[in-house]
Amino acid sequence: MMTLSNPVTEAELIRRILAGEKQLFHALIRPCERAIYFLLFSLLRNEAEAEDASQEAVIKVYRNLHLFRGDSQFRTWVLSIARNEGLGRLRKTETRREDSLDALTDGEAGDFTPAILTSWREIPTETLERQELADMLREAIEGLPEIYRNIVLLRDIEEMDIRETASVLGISEGAVKVRLHRARALLQRHLAPKLKGFAPKGRKLFGWMR
Amino acid sequence: MRIDCKHVWQHISAYIDGDVDGALRAEIDKHLETCEICSAVLDSTRNVVVLVADDRVFELPAGFSSRLHARLDQELALGEPS
Repeated sequence: MMTLSNPVTEAELIRRILAGEKQLFHALIRPCERAIYFLLFSLLRNEAEAEDASQEAVIKVYRNLHLFRGDSQFRTWVLSIARNEGLGRLRKTETRREDSLDALTDGEAGDFTPAILTSWREIPTETLERQELADMLREAIEGLPEIYRNIVLLRDIEEMDIRETASVLGISEGAVKVRLHRARALLQRHLAPKLKGFAPKGRKLFGWMR
Repeated sequence: MRIDCKHVWQHISAYIDGDVDGALRAEIDKHLETCEICSAVLDSTRNVVVLVADDRVFELPAGFSSRLHARLDQELALGEPS
């Protein structure tokens, strides 16, 4: 998760970098690294390519830093550059897979009915110490169509607000909300039945301890 | 008039984000009081949202940051941002 950016410090850092303190760029970009990588991974679905694209994107940010106007958040601007880098790479690789960028649109019909349950026992985040649970969640997100995957990534994983997410992806806030809703419904439907097995066992645990 | 389950499902994501107006929220709350299915759907969806947001789900590849900053150092050595 990303720490909230501080626009005052950011603006000051940018001013000083442009005035010649180039090494400060390391500190400026560090809070954005995670989001850059996972946004590109969500597009390219390949670790090595996502890492290479991340480096290219960060260098483009550095080279174009003088063009940043401060009328959007720095992170939003950075992620737009990263996304363009990723899209450029996708276009170069001709027929990619069924999940190409325009394969799915918001109008597309789909079944977004949730998994029907009659009770839910909360799975605490500490359960993520179990690698199999983390793997299951990651695979579920990676299995989402691209237009839903990147929304979950920006909104729920990198904790951007609706406006910032819309701005990075170049879509309306309404579209962000629709896609987010569908993405969460797809995840709930896919994951809820499987997650039940990870719920704390309550009394049984006590018996086991004895 | 009471809202039905499908209506509640349509608004679950917005409800979780606190993005429904007061009247609708009150209707959904009233529905949830007596509908165990919608309560479970809401709780499980919220649980999934919390779990996927955890840093342990997506981890950067080992050494990602140091390789990135090493590459940046090469770039920074080249000259001014132009």
